[in-house]
Amino acid sequence: MATSIVVENVSKRFTMQYTRTIKQMSIAVLRGEQLKDTFLAVDDVSFKVEQGESIGLMGLNGSGKSTLLKLISGVMTPDSGNVLTRGRIAGLIAAGAGFHQQLTGRENLYLNAAILGMSEAETKRKLDQIVDFADIGKFLDTPVGHYSSGMGARLGFAIAAHAESDIFLADEVLAVGDRPFKRKCIARMNEIKKEGRTLFYVSHAPGSVRKMCDRALVLVDGRLGFDGPVDEGIHFLKYDDSDDDDGPDQDDDDLGADI
Amino acid sequence: MADPDRVPEEPLVSPSDRGGLHHVFRERYLLRLLVRKELKARYQGSVLGLFWSYVNPAVRFLAYYLVIGLIFQMDRNMTNFPVHIFAGMVLTHYFTETFSSGTRSIIRNKRIIQKLPLPRELFPVSSMLVSLYHTFPQMVILLGAVLVVGWDPSWLNLFQGLLGFTIIGVFGMALALLFSAANVFFRDFQNIVGVFMIFVTWSAPMIYPYDRIQGLFGGTWAEQVYLANPIATSVILFQDLFWVPTVGPDAPYPAVVPDHMVERGLVVLAVCLLVLAIAQRVFTRLEGKFAERL
Repeated sequence: MATSIVVENVSKRFTMQYTRTIKQMSIAVLRGEQLKDTFLAVDDVSFKVEQGESIGLMGLNGSGKSTLLKLISGVMTPDSGNVLTRGRIAGLIAAGAGFHQQLTGRENLYLNAAILGMSEAETKRKLDQIVDFADIGKFLDTPVGHYSSGMGARLGFAIAAHAESDIFLADEVLAVGDRPFKRKCIARMNEIKKEGRTLFYVSHAPGSVRKMCDRALVLVDGRLGFDGPVDEGIHFLKYDDSDDDDGPDQDDDDLGADI
Repeated sequence: MADPDRVPEEPLVSPSDRGGLHHVFRERYLLRLLVRKELKARYQGSVLGLFWSYVNPAVRFLAYYLVIGLIFQMDRNMTNFPVHIFAGMVLTHYFTETFSSGTRSIIRNKRIIQKLPLPRELFPVSSMLVSLYHTFPQMVILLGAVLVVGWDPSWLNLFQGLLGFTIIGVFGMALALLFSAANVFFRDFQNIVGVFMIFVTWSAPMIYPYDRIQGLFGGTWAEQVYLANPIATSVILFQDLFWVPTVGPDAPYPAVVPDHMVERGLVVLAVCLLVLAIAQRVFTRLEGKFAERL
């Protein structure tokens, strides 16, 4: 097996700039206010992923999950350390992955697919599949600005899920979709997994991580707190001892809302 | 279970390494989609659409022609003065549009940049291509105008015109790259562009003829400084193609343009290419922080 993702001593520090213009900056300097603040979003994280593994990335809000995913997808570059990936990456980082509000769903579909590395021919060939999956009906030719948040996320997921890739990243996929769509997403991600692609899945739902992933990473305040079997990871996060985990909410546990 | 046979042949690489301007032109399909997107987005909800990008230059042309040409009587002492203005305006408009829309291009596309990995140079480059697209009909109008007044360019003139066009394109692209990156950190840069625009209009001989500059500074260092400006150089080269051949040697007021324009142009082009290379380096340095600063 080949290594699919290498993350080596990766750190990412964010700068929060309080001023946006030189005027604001001068005023802040005169008043002796702080111009900016920094914090470590990802702190010295290292791990390796083999091709075909499916990883569940867990952690509380603000623990650096999305940042780590953005570093792997290449949207962000680490301040120190190395991120290396093998092959094409597809996936969706947050719902409605960079749609242009004034363009129609179809135009955004072509654009988004091209950004994910799909050629015009490939997009045309898969158009029906994608549209079927997204199931947004006549809204395909409506500007995306008029979509509900669920529709945008559905189209985004449908495109990413049909792009040819070796690594599939999924973040907040299930946060906005309704239950039938969540089921469809889970099924599609299982297919992706079966095809031998590396799956990197960010979730708060222990049930879906348990079903889909064979290894869990848990981030705690930007540091890698746990790396190992899924059940232990869930236990590490103390997600398994809550009272409402069993009983009528069992289904929610499986498909639960991310983030 | 996972299929153990599936191993991609590519080596392990850094996913954020996207390699610069030349890479952009390999992604032609994506570039085409982005240009189409930008054209569409720009005229969203407007009835007259593309027509609006001609209103601004047309009104400015009329204003300059009426005030400078008729009221200040420049038209009387110069052959084909309207062609002189319009040729300069086509070129400077291409430049200002590339520069100003390029500067805002990164901010305008922040939704995509924050979420999807792609060469970010695509956005300033597609702004430049949109401006080029807008320039095309203006060129047709200019061509029609010079054919009406009589136009017989030599191959040298043609080369000069192309050189001028290339210089302004490279210079505009370099500034657009530089300012689009800087604008992510401080929005002041898009306002600096506005100030720069005023300078552009008056720094090249289009509303006034070059012989005024020669009369004032002829033979001094000030003339060299004036001519070293890439905008002035390219406008003069462009006049060499479109205006000078319409005037002819026995016109009552012969066309005055500086000597050695091809040599000057080549030097300026080399400098602009250098500036472009530097702009690309700066862009790559700043790009790493785009996603978090937008």
